[in-house]
Amino acid sequence: MPKVTVDGVELDVPQGATVLQACELAGKEIPRFCYHERLSIAGNCRMCLVEVSPGPPKPQASCALPTAEGQVIKTDSPMVKKAREGVMEFLLINHPLDCPICDQGGECDLQDQSVAYGRGATRYDENKRAVTEKYMGPIVKTVMTRCIQCTRCVRFAEEVAGVEDIGAIGRGENMQITSYLERAVASELSGNVIDLCPVGALTSKPYAFEARPWELTKTLGIDMMDAVGTNVRIDARGRQVLRVLPRVNDDVNEEWASDKTRHHVDGLIRRRLDQPYVRKDGALQPATWAEAFEAIKAANAGASVAAIAGDMADCETMFAAKALVNALGGNLLEGRQTGLDYDVTSLSAVNFNTTIAEAENADVILLVGTNLRWEAPLINTRVRKAAWKKGAKVFGIGAETDLTYKVEWLGNDASLVAKLPKAALDALKGAERPMLIFGGGALSVPGVHGAALDLAKSVGAIKDGWNGFNVVHFSAARMGSLMLGYGLPGGIRDVVAAKPKLAFFLGADEVDFTNFADTLKVYVGHHGDKGAHAADVILPAAAWTEKDFTTVNTEGRVQRSDKAVFAPGDAREDWSIFRALADTLGVSVGFDSFDACRAAMVAVVPALGVEGLADYGWAPPKLPAKPDAREIPSPIKDFYLTNAICRASPTMNRCSEEILHGADYAEAAE
Amino acid sequence: MADAPQIPDETEVRARWGAFAWTAENAEKAKSIIARYPAGRQRSAVMPLLDLAQRQVGAETQTQGWLPVPVIEYVAAQLDMPYMRAYEVVTFYTMYNLVPVGRYHVQVCGTTPCLLRGSDDVMAACKNRGMTKGKTTPDGLFTLTEVECMGTCTNAPMVQINDDNFEDLDYDSMTRILEALAAGEQPKTGTQNPKRLTSDPEGGPTSLKDMVSANHDYRKEW
Repeated sequence: MPKVTVDGVELDVPQGATVLQACELAGKEIPRFCYHERLSIAGNCRMCLVEVSPGPPKPQASCALPTAEGQVIKTDSPMVKKAREGVMEFLLINHPLDCPICDQGGECDLQDQSVAYGRGATRYDENKRAVTEKYMGPIVKTVMTRCIQCTRCVRFAEEVAGVEDIGAIGRGENMQITSYLERAVASELSGNVIDLCPVGALTSKPYAFEARPWELTKTLGIDMMDAVGTNVRIDARGRQVLRVLPRVNDDVNEEWASDKTRHHVDGLIRRRLDQPYVRKDGALQPATWAEAFEAIKAANAGASVAAIAGDMADCETMFAAKALVNALGGNLLEGRQTGLDYDVTSLSAVNFNTTIAEAENADVILLVGTNLRWEAPLINTRVRKAAWKKGAKVFGIGAETDLTYKVEWLGNDASLVAKLPKAALDALKGAERPMLIFGGGALSVPGVHGAALDLAKSVGAIKDGWNGFNVVHFSAARMGSLMLGYGLPGGIRDVVAAKPKLAFFLGADEVDFTNFADTLKVYVGHHGDKGAHAADVILPAAAWTEKDFTTVNTEGRVQRSDKAVFAPGDAREDWSIFRALADTLGVSVGFDSFDACRAAMVAVVPALGVEGLADYGWAPPKLPAKPDAREIPSPIKDFYLTNAICRASPTMNRCSEEILHGADYAEAAE
Repeated sequence: MADAPQIPDETEVRARWGAFAWTAENAEKAKSIIARYPAGRQRSAVMPLLDLAQRQVGAETQTQGWLPVPVIEYVAAQLDMPYMRAYEVVTFYTMYNLVPVGRYHVQVCGTTPCLLRGSDDVMAACKNRGMTKGKTTPDGLFTLTEVECMGTCTNAPMVQINDDNFEDLDYDSMTRILEALAAGEQPKTGTQNPKRLTSDPEGGPTSLKDMVSANHDYRKEW
């Protein structure tokens, strides 16, 4: 613990801390551009200069200088002020004065810091350097003349995203940041470089010229695009969500978000269901709420009623539907639309037990039947951290994919789970913190779940302070739905077999609707997608940005999201739809307001009332452990088009066409 | 120059160079170059390998050689490094050519010592031979580039042509050299001043004269 003095204040700093971190501990703000706490230290912007003694009699870059015992650091001396002014002047030499037309304006580090630390006027009257725009894909818009070459984007691409597509070419004044041969950056995390860029060189392409940061209402939310539960901030103007940005949560998403999380929002204003529809003479006709409710009542279903939750259903919605189904006397609740039927007697056996944050501490990792990069991009970055930074060994069973780190593929055969090759088995057994990650695809093969639990036991993956058994889900609703009892022993097959007269589909689009030919299908959702096409009655509901809700991510973390905007047209919040329908059907769901709905839900499942990790205990069931010898299917065919909102989003469609299917948009973008 | 070099059309280049592979001889050389570095650090071999590749391209095209994108990718793939990282190296160092060059790559130094000693005349000789800065002559013989200091200031002005230096130049000697090269002859390399051997002073030493015959100890005289 070196003792240093910052501006006359003496303090102890942790061993190995940099001078910049010491200054921050002392409460001093140090301007910086290239330094970022989650990236390696580059030390090339020189903005963080401070005066340090003992040392050379000149300002020093504090971000790259380790603290030493007895250092005296000055951050407010005339030398520091002059140094900062000098650096800022150099940075601004080639930076265009186009703040009025720059999307970064108002949230620009360079703007803020030049106001705070700059000279106030320029002495430079030569020509400024100009740099051509570089194509970086459908998400990132570039104005490279603004670039100050901090290389944050280059370091992010290499260290976090694991896609070494961005680099600095040329040298000296001619150095330029570009993607390889100006092709689209093939990363599902490329949008993060927009946040990292301290200037307006990399900005968001879909959000270009949409709004100024001070016009936006900012709401704290939880992303529903995947089961990671990314903490986000929803930026809305008026009734429209304009963008979604990640917020810092070290336990979940650090400060990253996938491109799908960021850019599905333009799908929120397209293909929306804004009024009820009822199928008459084979075609869906616009109707009033009353007519729609009457149509449901006319089915006369009695207790023969089911509810099937979609991938983006939140806990309150699922609880309200469950309350109605139960009130009608039914109990057919299922959330696994595509036919998964793994055992859910103990939620600990289908949970990401290691927790997302701890995943980066694993030393031997086995991935089974999961394309982690698509199913949970932000868990993939943790595994990459373990593998790439800390040298963990990664084995994989399943279809070979590029996960951005080295994986030793054992083959695409589910039966390998029961008879791992010796090398992998020995590595897992010898590991201090072994981690097994099973994807939804793996659990779809009979016998894998049981074999997986046996394997976890035999390699000692569960020990004091470490649970290495993990299931990674890709549906945001999954853990919440299982906690609320949306899990039948035979999965959705049980629902089909029961032939319900009435079924509610809570934004469920992936169901095989042909199985429900004789059922009155009520689609409660927000997008006119597959589910709405197949429905007999459509009740327009709110998307995730349009309601308060509780959700549980794949590690069992209960999180709450707030309402940012109102649902369009006649659409209503989901809980209120079921409340109103209960009246028509002559039953009581037991709540009259959202708060009462949430309270009733917490009364049934107390864990949903506490934000944070839910404790499922560790009680693995005994399951058949003879996995079939067959290939493990992949549940995600197209990362960018996994749900109704994404499919309605032009940006996501373009990402899919361009990044996954190789369509050429480079020219069209000019 | 604020823009990236104009890389030749990718489709054409890929069609021509996509199948690039080491010749048997160069494959051996590449192997021995990689073996110089510790296991797992084979990326360190990127610069010598790129140079080798450029020379092979040169041999195939009867020029000084350049690095088409597929060739860079070939080298990067052999070293198991991302294409971007190898590409960065190529763009950083001026001795790697990103565009095709002629048979002789004439690099005229225009930095201060050479400028003071008459590099303008050298440049004029090149231009009068039909060369334009940054271009290759239509006959494919010469490519002219103005470069910064090549560290041969004692023999300024100088040019580097392919792997050889030509020093102590003036308009006439430069013209002579270019004519000789165009005629397929090998002109004398090094200094073009008949009174000098290498970088020794013209007309004998002017300082430390006593050192010529013996190892004289000057210290007492200082």
